[in-house]
Amino acid sequence: MAYDKFSVINTPAVPLPLENVDTDQIIPARFLKAVERKGFGDNLFRDWRYEKDGSPKADFPLNDNKYSGKILVAGKNFGSGSSREHAAWAIYDYGFRVVVSSFFADIFKGNALNNGLLPVVVSPEFLQKIFDAIEKDSDSTFEVDLEKQTFTIASTGESTEFEINPYKKHCLKNGLDDIDYLVAMKDAIAEFETA
Amino acid sequence: MEAKTLFDKIWDAHVVEQVEGGPNVLYIDRHLIHEVTSPVAFLGLKTRGLKVFRPDKTTATPDHNVPTQEQHLSIKDELSRNQVEMLKKNCAEHGIVYHDLQSEGHGIVHIIGPEMGLTQPGMTIVCGDSHTSTHGAFGAIAFGIGTSEVEMVLASQCIMQPKPKKMRITVNGELGKGVTAKDIALYIISKISTSGGTGHFIEYAGSAITGLSMEGRMTLCNLSIESGARGGMIAPDETTFNYVKGRQFAPKGEEWEAALAKWKELKTDDGAVFDTEYTYDAADIEPMITYGTNPGMGIGVTHQIPTTEGMQGTDKSTYLKSLQYMGYHEGDSMKGKQVDYVFLGSCTNGRIEDFRAFANFVKGKQKAPNVNAWLVPGSKRVETQIREEGLVDILEAAGFELRQPGCSACLAMNEDKIPEGKYAVSTTNRNFEGRQGPGSRTMLASPLTAAAAAVSGVVTDPREMM
Repeated sequence: MAYDKFSVINTPAVPLPLENVDTDQIIPARFLKAVERKGFGDNLFRDWRYEKDGSPKADFPLNDNKYSGKILVAGKNFGSGSSREHAAWAIYDYGFRVVVSSFFADIFKGNALNNGLLPVVVSPEFLQKIFDAIEKDSDSTFEVDLEKQTFTIASTGESTEFEINPYKKHCLKNGLDDIDYLVAMKDAIAEFETA
Repeated sequence: MEAKTLFDKIWDAHVVEQVEGGPNVLYIDRHLIHEVTSPVAFLGLKTRGLKVFRPDKTTATPDHNVPTQEQHLSIKDELSRNQVEMLKKNCAEHGIVYHDLQSEGHGIVHIIGPEMGLTQPGMTIVCGDSHTSTHGAFGAIAFGIGTSEVEMVLASQCIMQPKPKKMRITVNGELGKGVTAKDIALYIISKISTSGGTGHFIEYAGSAITGLSMEGRMTLCNLSIESGARGGMIAPDETTFNYVKGRQFAPKGEEWEAALAKWKELKTDDGAVFDTEYTYDAADIEPMITYGTNPGMGIGVTHQIPTTEGMQGTDKSTYLKSLQYMGYHEGDSMKGKQVDYVFLGSCTNGRIEDFRAFANFVKGKQKAPNVNAWLVPGSKRVETQIREEGLVDILEAAGFELRQPGCSACLAMNEDKIPEGKYAVSTTNRNFEGRQGPGSRTMLASPLTAAAAAVSGVVTDPREMM
């Protein structure tokens, strides 16, 4: 799926200080009925974000005007549960480009990378520092540099490196996906089948 | 020769290419698709002008959002109907076998694959559904994928995956009365947590595991994803071979003999090394039930909800949010808790053995008047077998009715939604907030514990009634 090339992001962040945020919370199953990939951002965190009558829940971070930015910061084991790629689509469609946590569920992580959404793993201690910086000043900004693989808290200057495999880094930087790669090697795949 | 794990043997045999600094290009033997996670993949093929590379290796059926009553009528919900029709149309266009509602082959993808013999030892199997791990019960590498990856398999019969780490979980000894594969799984997840398996592929071993039927093994492997693992698998043995033999797509004659010889090699070599190992004693496992909003929050049905002693920070706040959602308190006993709904079904516990266990338990008893029970077979074949074995008569005499196959209230994409605030004892796989309907409160348990709740009207230890 086409997505924007990723280089450096420098924005404030939205905090979601909860653990085990599962994909049913990110996008409930009843919103998976589309046959096209659009509009999922409207239902991101639907049941935490809205009352039953559709009015926003004031205490949910996405509804709090003081928070903004392209970075979502969440507690450990983010994206557990279902394989629905709609979770990554919803987060991207809402406008996030980075999710930071101390730990991601495997399938979610793969889905995010396939859709131009960068999952950044930091230590539990560094994650707490990010939450603290946002709590101190919700306008405080963070820099995510894919090339250098660094995440920096602007207000304190503290920085940490994050891991990403070189192939996926190349894909994100250039807006490429795995399908291009696989389709180009069809002959090798056909040969493998007969070997 | 280097000692290899079962997982290594199958994975390594399917690597087409190792991308430099990146993942493996992994060949996929069997691909299952359903209506929810495939339409955008087909749309992607269309946009790129691609055809399905190997249509004979993909099998389709609608399961996630289909009604479980009056399946002969047109699906009422327009969006659901559109998704199902889109699947049918996409399959016709690309020459993929499609098992329609009400046909003999219809059912939940993870139930029909094994039933038809599409699932075989040594295979790589994927589906755009996390519970694809079910098929690992046959000694296959099976795991859930996202829609981009569904498109990859359709386009090239391959996906790109980093090789996971390996974990072995050994459960030795004999299971006690009333303790099932579901309880083993919930017990393991309560020990290692919903993230304990992340980054790993699990092999289950030990006498309590090899003693399980294929149905039990499927339940256990199905729940591997709930520990965070990509999948779980069990080395194939006589139980496996007897199950596969004679099924529609199983090899026949000389091909069967040749396959069998290969399958018998599919086991972990002595001395092979796992990245992580756990060992448990079957005697320590009780009938389990969950009290919170993730599958790791499970305890023996006779136990009390753990307190927050020793917890702090987001650990504690997440835990308390979960109890608040459930309307429970630290230290509460689970026995005697209110039950409004009982759900038997899903890819976790929607197979014939689950219905036999439930029916035998409720035989001669009556459904409690305060309980609404939804009994949903995992497939058309399971439904037919329930009728042929006379189980439906037992169930009806006890005040239960049988519905038609589908995923149903497991994820509540169809009409089968547990109402807000109501409590359900459910044989499914996830007790997440709102999973079974907005505001629904789920307690995960085995078919036996579900049956005990259905007839007593409250959370009950099934052993007291056996």
